[in-house]
Amino acid sequence: MPFPATKKTLAALLSALLFLAAASSGDEKHLSVYSAVATYSLPVVDRAGREYVGLFELLEPLGRVSARVEGLHWKLRFNDADCDFAAGKTRAKIRGRDFDLPSSFLIENSRGLVPAGSLSSLLPRFLGTSVNFHESARRLFIGDVITHVTAQIDSTNPARLVLNFTGPVNPTISTEPGKLHMVFTRDPLVSPATQSLSFDNRTITQASYAETNGTAELTISGTAPLMATFSNNSRTITVAALSQSMQSAGGAPTGLPPGTSPPPTTENPPSTQSQVPPPIPPPLLTGSGRRFLVVVDPAHGGDERGAALNDKLAEKDVTLGFGRLLRHELDIRGLSVLLLRDADTTLTLDQRAAAANAARGVIYVALHAASQGSGARVYTALLPVEGPGNGAFHAWNGTQTPALPISQGIAAAIVSELLKQEIPAHATSASLRPLNNLSHAAVAVELAPGPNGVNELSSANYQQKAAAAIADAVASQRVALGAQP
Amino acid sequence: MIPRHLVIGVAAMLVLVLSMSLYLRQMRRRAAELQATAADARPVAPPASGPTETVTLYVADDEAGILRPRSAQIPLPGGRQQRAEELLRALLGIYQQPGSPHPLAPAADIRSIYLVDPGVAVIDLNAPFADQHRSGILDEQLTVNSLVETLAVNVPGVRRVRILVEGRTRETLAGHADLTEFFDVTAVGQALAEKARQ
Repeated sequence: MPFPATKKTLAALLSALLFLAAASSGDEKHLSVYSAVATYSLPVVDRAGREYVGLFELLEPLGRVSARVEGLHWKLRFNDADCDFAAGKTRAKIRGRDFDLPSSFLIENSRGLVPAGSLSSLLPRFLGTSVNFHESARRLFIGDVITHVTAQIDSTNPARLVLNFTGPVNPTISTEPGKLHMVFTRDPLVSPATQSLSFDNRTITQASYAETNGTAELTISGTAPLMATFSNNSRTITVAALSQSMQSAGGAPTGLPPGTSPPPTTENPPSTQSQVPPPIPPPLLTGSGRRFLVVVDPAHGGDERGAALNDKLAEKDVTLGFGRLLRHELDIRGLSVLLLRDADTTLTLDQRAAAANAARGVIYVALHAASQGSGARVYTALLPVEGPGNGAFHAWNGTQTPALPISQGIAAAIVSELLKQEIPAHATSASLRPLNNLSHAAVAVELAPGPNGVNELSSANYQQKAAAAIADAVASQRVALGAQP
Repeated sequence: MIPRHLVIGVAAMLVLVLSMSLYLRQMRRRAAELQATAADARPVAPPASGPTETVTLYVADDEAGILRPRSAQIPLPGGRQQRAEELLRALLGIYQQPGSPHPLAPAADIRSIYLVDPGVAVIDLNAPFADQHRSGILDEQLTVNSLVETLAVNVPGVRRVRILVEGRTRETLAGHADLTEFFDVTAVGQALAEKARQ
């Protein structure tokens, strides 16, 4: 008997909510993966006292991968490599050669789990490139992607600490009395020569490095409140006492509650420094204390294929992959995400709107894909021009009306970030459901082909750039929307 | 001796083959008739008559993602409804020409337009218009905006537009643009003006 569509939908929503609940748990272990193709994180699970990760999920952003279960065997194909793992066994076959895992291979719900400790020797068999795994910190570096940092104290008055990175960085910054924390979730930062540096300076006394659970953290200690400024295309962070920084920035930040960090600013730079500020992580807490939940909705799905982008590529598949990437990008920026569809399931437009409204999200982002044009288009709802009000009652199709100005602001921010990623973009309005049924900010992003044609729509690299731009824009709206992560 | 069930089976197959060949013959005759009708270029209704007028058609440009106003001289009948139909057929003609900036299917057509007071226009499209329309938010919205704006600018008094397909409400044009609601002429105009300013 076929499973009723409504039950399927409920099951999908429940799974999404359970995933969200699990993801938001502070105790969850993460593995961060840094590679030239993609930066992402995966959950790590404990089994029989050992840490395991899903091999399919680990390889998926790195190439073409498929897997199937045949009895006790889990057969995986990654690009041109065929592999055979057996449940409960330590011996596997990769490219026809034996490989021994440090502990048994596991199959759970058709997912193949490998011990995390095996990754540094296992992955080179697939990728053919060097892998550097910081096992205790759960940070995996694939290929030559490492970012180094050097610290130099400038004792001239006012004193400041100049941190130079070998690549652009985008840490989350927070402060507590006498300390400034920079947490690097997406950046492949590794330890400087020594993990702790002491400075012969009265204002800035120490810098220390630590890495744990998929992140790296630099902590700067001082005797005065500190703030950070970015320059040199996000390759340099200068830390200085707050009062000095404010003078150089031309004014004091206002309206920040105690315990939060002033946002990093871009220095008024000499000609060699970047005029474009990096994406600014806003304060972690704001006055209203409202939870900042982003609802991501990969359009179409199940019976509804959406546009046929080419002979083989359906819009529903592109939006699902794009949605997962966007969830990841938002996640690593510390934002809560509800992915409305995490499988090939059918959801009606009303179900999508109801789920998003019930989740009390702050921003709803629908994802679409098209084969015509290039770059990306960002849409807000096309609503009738306001007539006489109906008091406290709102028409279902005009639910978006009060939130429309905020949605338009977010659309403009997304366009701006896409342009920074060199993806042509523009904002406009469209009669596209369920945008007009949403009670909070709502936008739709339609991804069109890049310079390499329609096939680029399914490229993880292209989608990653777009997802990162959207996530940066959404994160930049936290303060404006008065919400907390 | 041939088993009975085999005889029955062969007989049934022969009957099936015979009936299929009769059906095929009938289908071929019908197809030939249809072809002859399609090739018949003789007019079945009088052409639109009336003085030639200069009108502004709002033509979608896929490349730029905008509507471009284009002047055209077309004979327009006196009645508002016929006038509206001729306008949109002239617009459709542009989209069906080779090298169109916003191609629509050759079989796409406007079945009828109903002008209902106060200020409501109902555009009834034929099925191929929607079924063969390219799917995508921008493509579909450009089509809708083009129809609404062309109608609103050239037929005074139109404030809201509803689009039907084969006389029925359809959820979307081709998977995206919502056709279940009226299009507000002012809102569409404002959105186009905003886009033109960008």
